[in-house]
Amino acid sequence: MTTHEASFVRASMVEASPAPVLESGIVSWLRKNLFATPKDTALTIISLLVLAWLVPPAIQWLFLDAAWTGGGRGVCATVEQGGSQPEGWSGACWAFVNAKFGQFLFGRYPIDERWRPALVGILFVLLLVPMLMPKVPYKAFNAVLLLVALPIVATILLPGGWFGLTYVETPLWGGLLVTLVLSFVGIAVSLPLGILLALGRRSDMPVIKMLCTVFIEIVRGIPLITVLFMASVMLPLFLPQGVTFDKFLRALIGVSLFASAYMAEVVRGGLQAIPKGQYEGADSLGLSYWQKMNLIILPQALKLVIPGIVNTFIGLFKDTSLVSIIGMFDLLGIVRLNFSDTNWASAVTPVSGLIFAGFVFWLFCFGMSRYSGFMERVLDRSQR
Amino acid sequence: MAIGVTNAPEKGRSSGSIINDPQVRGIFYQAITIIILAVLIYWIVDNTIENLRRANIASGYGFVRSRAGFDVGQSLIAFTSDSTYGRALLVGFVNTLVVAITGIVTATIIGFLVGIGRLSHNWIIAKLSLAYVEVFRNIPPLLVIFFWYSGVLAVLPQAREALTLPLNVFVSNRGVAFPRPIFGEGSEYTVLAFLIAVAASFLIARYANRQQAATGQRFPVLWTVLGLVIGLPLITFLATGAPLSFDVPIAGKFNLTGGSVVGPEFLSLYLALSFYTAAFIAEIVRAGIRGVSKGQTEAAHALGIRPRLTTRLVVVPQAMRIIIPPLTSQYLNLTKNSSLAIAVGYADLVAVGGTILNQTGQAIEVVSIWLIVYLTLSLATSLFMNWYNARMALVER
Repeated sequence: MTTHEASFVRASMVEASPAPVLESGIVSWLRKNLFATPKDTALTIISLLVLAWLVPPAIQWLFLDAAWTGGGRGVCATVEQGGSQPEGWSGACWAFVNAKFGQFLFGRYPIDERWRPALVGILFVLLLVPMLMPKVPYKAFNAVLLLVALPIVATILLPGGWFGLTYVETPLWGGLLVTLVLSFVGIAVSLPLGILLALGRRSDMPVIKMLCTVFIEIVRGIPLITVLFMASVMLPLFLPQGVTFDKFLRALIGVSLFASAYMAEVVRGGLQAIPKGQYEGADSLGLSYWQKMNLIILPQALKLVIPGIVNTFIGLFKDTSLVSIIGMFDLLGIVRLNFSDTNWASAVTPVSGLIFAGFVFWLFCFGMSRYSGFMERVLDRSQR
Repeated sequence: MAIGVTNAPEKGRSSGSIINDPQVRGIFYQAITIIILAVLIYWIVDNTIENLRRANIASGYGFVRSRAGFDVGQSLIAFTSDSTYGRALLVGFVNTLVVAITGIVTATIIGFLVGIGRLSHNWIIAKLSLAYVEVFRNIPPLLVIFFWYSGVLAVLPQAREALTLPLNVFVSNRGVAFPRPIFGEGSEYTVLAFLIAVAASFLIARYANRQQAATGQRFPVLWTVLGLVIGLPLITFLATGAPLSFDVPIAGKFNLTGGSVVGPEFLSLYLALSFYTAAFIAEIVRAGIRGVSKGQTEAAHALGIRPRLTTRLVVVPQAMRIIIPPLTSQYLNLTKNSSLAIAVGYADLVAVGGTILNQTGQAIEVVSIWLIVYLTLSLATSLFMNWYNARMALVER
């Protein structure tokens, strides 16, 4: 073959020319995402103006002008209000949060005994973190430690009264300690109870089915606060004279029962989504009812409804704040209790305390929802 | 074909032992459950009667007719401390409905705006909406109520230094005071005209639909209806001599006098419930719009339907089918969450009931009233949902 040397044929490739300026880089991104149409441009400009109006004052108030340290209300009040700040000052009172931090964590738990809840907290974190990481081995052993050993240790350590530990009655408990204990027990009880209720609602036995349905529908139809009222006012009426329940325990029962009704509906959704062939397949293998559920149906159903389960957990965590209405001091309750401390009463104390409490709640809930998203992806991948 | 088909064994004599018969077992389990439950209920009732007798509390609903003796901060219907407990409960129920309805309207508006914002092509709008949802969804509503109540509304200036907004609206730590309209002689004609206009609008809309179906001609419904609903009452109002005056609030030394005042209790509850529920509604709206497959939009475009009409006639009706059921349950959640009123002292059903419970000790009766009211609301909502689902469900032929 001969090669033709035609002058109009290129011997080499042309370098690709860069994309037009308007189609690449930041300019294109801005044009596409912020200024695509006149309406978009108007919206962008309005949003930017609103942000410029809101964000700098917020940063100023939260961080720059905030009173970070101090021993009393003086640092959080202006001269006219009897404090040391200049006239017209307004800023977050983090000194209040700083000074009350121990109370926000443990409530009025005696200071000398606070190592006990702290120890339980550390153990909880040490057991929970490996539990949450999919790659860490010994999951079953870990779960036993977390769900059996830890509660036993906590029931010995937190109230005390055994092994020479002084007894700390539950009205003294408070702060994040109460919030976490309520949520942990609520979660640990409501998941199995919710599964049982969901199975009962789908049972072939009419009596069991009706009982479960009535329980679920009644509890889901009424607000949590009435359930808590029932637990705190009516439970003592139902028990024989002389038998008294701890108020904390009553709240625990109320919160757990409430959450399990919601959990039951979530689990039922998963059970209904499993194709009938799975049930029939298990039956044809000769598995008993519990074998069928434990080995075939529930593993698939629960995996399907992880987002719903975690949403229920998040709802439960947020709902624990309601116990402050029936006179217990969870995180929100203890923060509000401290507003009445005359040593710290100032115009900005309530907002600062509530922002702190809100941030703590937000951190936990946001963490849970992020983790559920992560878990969904992990499980999804294993199925592929 | 001679495949040996054995008939299913008759029940009862298939597997030798009666213990292994699932049906017998089922009856046995249920019988045990009933017995345990009956014993438990008997035990509870017995204890309760004994406890009530000991505490000297007469059971029964007779207490609703006795004098309440407490005052209610805010109520739409007349109430004094001389009214009965029954009337107090009614006031509480009305207050629950008021906060629930206003909250639902506001939450729906904010929720739809934020939900659509999350799907916006505009990056900054989408991110702002996302931030709104993530912040409000993850904070307990009770905390948001307190935030408004003791964080914002309580530190507003005193009544005598109230902030003045346009239209004689005053904002102070006593709440928001605004001019109260006083309807004079003949104002009922304006209301009547408005009702007639609304009824006429419905008829016109139906007529227009039929007309379009029959002839293809479109009748300018929007403009006619707007003209009717605004114009007719306005003309009547002017014709009857504008019988309307305002009772304007005046900032006094210690308090605002005159006008209508909406207290900080209601405001904080209303704002918190609206913002909190709006975050959930936003997610529902987003999921609903995303749930309409792209093919629907593309098909509409291929048929030559303009983008705006595509949204109105193709996307929104299908999205609503996905949105309405979870939306209704959010409305129900908001109604149930309105019981948080007790935390700030807004006199809703639970707060009033709690006061009565403390005064009279009629725990069982009060709790049963709560149960009945809230369960009725839930039941009504689910009936509506079933009706709506049946109406909107895809009709597959």
